Amino acid sequence: MELNFEAADIAFRDEVRDFFAGSIPEDWRTRVRAGLRLNPEELIHYQKMLAERGWGAPTWPVEYGGTGWSPVQQYIFWSEAARADAPAQFHQGLELIGPIIFTYGTPEQKDKYLPRIISADDWWCQGYSEPGAGSDLAALKTTAIKDGDHYVLNGQKMWTSYAHVASHVFVLARSSQEEKRQRGISLLLLDMESPGITVRKIPTMDEKYHTNDMFLDNVRVPVENLIGEEGRGWEYGKVLLDRERMVTASVAIFLKQTISAIRSAAARRVIGNVPLIEQPGFRGKLAQFEIEVMALQTMVLRLMADAANGAESGSRGSMVKLRWSQLTQEGTALWVEALGPEAMHFEAMEGEAAGLPSLPADMPYAMQGALYARVTSIYGGSSEIQHDIIARRAFGL
Amino acid sequence: MDFNYNEEQQMLFDSVDRFGQQRFSQDKRRQALAGDIALNQKHWHEMAELGWLMIAIPEEAGGLGGSMADVMAITEAMGKNLVHYPFVATSILAPALLCDGSDAANVVLDKIGSGEAKVAAAFLEANSGYDLYRVGTTASSQDGAYVLSGEKCHVEDGGDADWYLVSARTGGSDDEVEGISLFLVPKDAPGLTVERFRSIDGHRHARLRFDQLRGAQRIGEADVALPVIERGVAKGIGAHLAEAIGSMEEVSRVTLEHLKTREQFGRPIGSFQVLQHRIVDMKIACEEARSIGSFANVHVGDENSSAAQRIAAAKVRVSECGIYVGKQAVQLHGGLGFSDELIVSHHFKRLYGLSVAYGSIDHHRKRYAE
Repeated sequence: MELNFEAADIAFRDEVRDFFAGSIPEDWRTRVRAGLRLNPEELIHYQKMLAERGWGAPTWPVEYGGTGWSPVQQYIFWSEAARADAPAQFHQGLELIGPIIFTYGTPEQKDKYLPRIISADDWWCQGYSEPGAGSDLAALKTTAIKDGDHYVLNGQKMWTSYAHVASHVFVLARSSQEEKRQRGISLLLLDMESPGITVRKIPTMDEKYHTNDMFLDNVRVPVENLIGEEGRGWEYGKVLLDRERMVTASVAIFLKQTISAIRSAAARRVIGNVPLIEQPGFRGKLAQFEIEVMALQTMVLRLMADAANGAESGSRGSMVKLRWSQLTQEGTALWVEALGPEAMHFEAMEGEAAGLPSLPADMPYAMQGALYARVTSIYGGSSEIQHDIIARRAFGL
Repeated sequence: MDFNYNEEQQMLFDSVDRFGQQRFSQDKRRQALAGDIALNQKHWHEMAELGWLMIAIPEEAGGLGGSMADVMAITEAMGKNLVHYPFVATSILAPALLCDGSDAANVVLDKIGSGEAKVAAAFLEANSGYDLYRVGTTASSQDGAYVLSGEKCHVEDGGDADWYLVSARTGGSDDEVEGISLFLVPKDAPGLTVERFRSIDGHRHARLRFDQLRGAQRIGEADVALPVIERGVAKGIGAHLAEAIGSMEEVSRVTLEHLKTREQFGRPIGSFQVLQHRIVDMKIACEEARSIGSFANVHVGDENSSAAQRIAAAKVRVSECGIYVGKQAVQLHGGLGFSDELIVSHHFKRLYGLSVAYGSIDHHRKRYAE
């Protein structure tokens, strides 16, 4: 057992730390700490900044423009990004469809799409869920019928996050009706400009625009946009779902940011003459939270070490996803609590004669983060589904 | 012993419930939430005509002199339908504070009952936490008039108030229980700055700054307002407990319906044991909340320490149960639960708001232990 970083890793850490020093604008930081995604244009700016340094794709092999970093280096990179209050990179192109393309794609698909993911010239979104196919994704009904050298797509996708800003979408659709529902599903790459795609906003409880309904009405997709073989998309899709859980592992590292946000709010708020952070009750709760975050981060480190040694991680990805969503929910709620009654001041009302109303520090992002956190135990395989996966994979139940 | 509403209270509940269903159905609620002033005003006047706004005003002051059980019947139905108006602040808490029989108090009580005025209580300050005795705002006597200076950082439901009831120090140091007095201040008083904020649950709160505000009207005896304030807040909390219970039971009902009708993997999701157990835990939380909430409300506002301890206990447990039920209702609805379109997320947000109104869980746990 060797749990320390090697000298080369330390040198790498310093290099990354230098890169991030002073590079993150102040107005990004509070939102990042709240676990909120930055605006698309900000994320594009960030991605381009990394790409220029050659670090646009930390998890990709060198031959596709990635860094070729070891898992330990990836861990160090994310830790340093978190330390600097840098955002997590937008993952749907980089971590979801990118790896599918370089694993199963044709040489033409690789050349066409991969560089533009790294440079943020393309923005990908995921067309999986449907009104009747959430946890039970294999119930999807969208069809892709071959017509000459095109597939014609019809159906409704739901929870298509960032479809309103995306240039491309990858879609699971049924290209044939088979007895086993998981068969006959194909994975297709679509340009969002294709005629027949309509995007409609789904308002969400945190009042932030994330997600959409996406309607496909006779959308024609060239056959060369099929990934791998027709009808085998479910297998590729499942690789994506596994990958999505690994993405969570990297996001888990960012919980440290929530801790600093709670700490600074609790240090600012004084009750009587004693800062909240010095009051035993709150102190205990914060300590407990920090301990649980530490435990999760060591789980992530172990996941990385397994990956470095080429070992199977089994169901640990699901475990990390589960614990991360719980902790991001608890952390943001604790932050709201640290802010006190003013955390309920979500939005200043206009029209004040006495000058501009002022929102307290951290608002509305702390509250928005706490509300947004509720969906982390729903998306990417709900906590209930994760439990099923662990029961099956770890115990064969 | 009987935990149920009597026949009259049941009728009152039904009447508020009908009002809520008719005026706060999905689409109409959106319009009301969007801050349609004329519509909100119309609703408020209807509530006045039905007599609800004077339920807690004593008969000798021209009100109905209702019991806390009467109040619960009203606020439970409001919670069920997510009526987001400042009923508790105006019609429960304020009348409990305006109890000195003075002309100034009675004028305001009249206007509360008739729906002409809304009132909110301004107690919390930047360094007070939720402790009502920590008052740094001062009221000094100059030329026979009181001059107010200081800030109140959060006024529950103060966004639409016409009058504020303000705790201020006429004696003692910042954290002494003696030396606190209560003042009535109109919203347009010179020297008063009001900042207004919309909350996640559609309620509108405020922050106040008093800059040498002259001529505030004292309500009640000088220096000894704290017990009145604490009993008043206890009543406000009691009314909120019933509101939470109404919201919890309704969102549980909606969730049960979803479990029976939503199909995944070829069967209703309610056939999965893990979800059955979850909805059962939600049901237990509702039962717990209703039991302790009703129990605490029977003696709320009594002048003894066990009444205060009970309300603190009920506030802790109902808040915890409410948050649990709200979270699970969202979780069991999946993505739909996170959407703004379904009522589910609105219940969650109100239960979140209720859990901190007039004191957080930690605050009341501490009070219970004291």
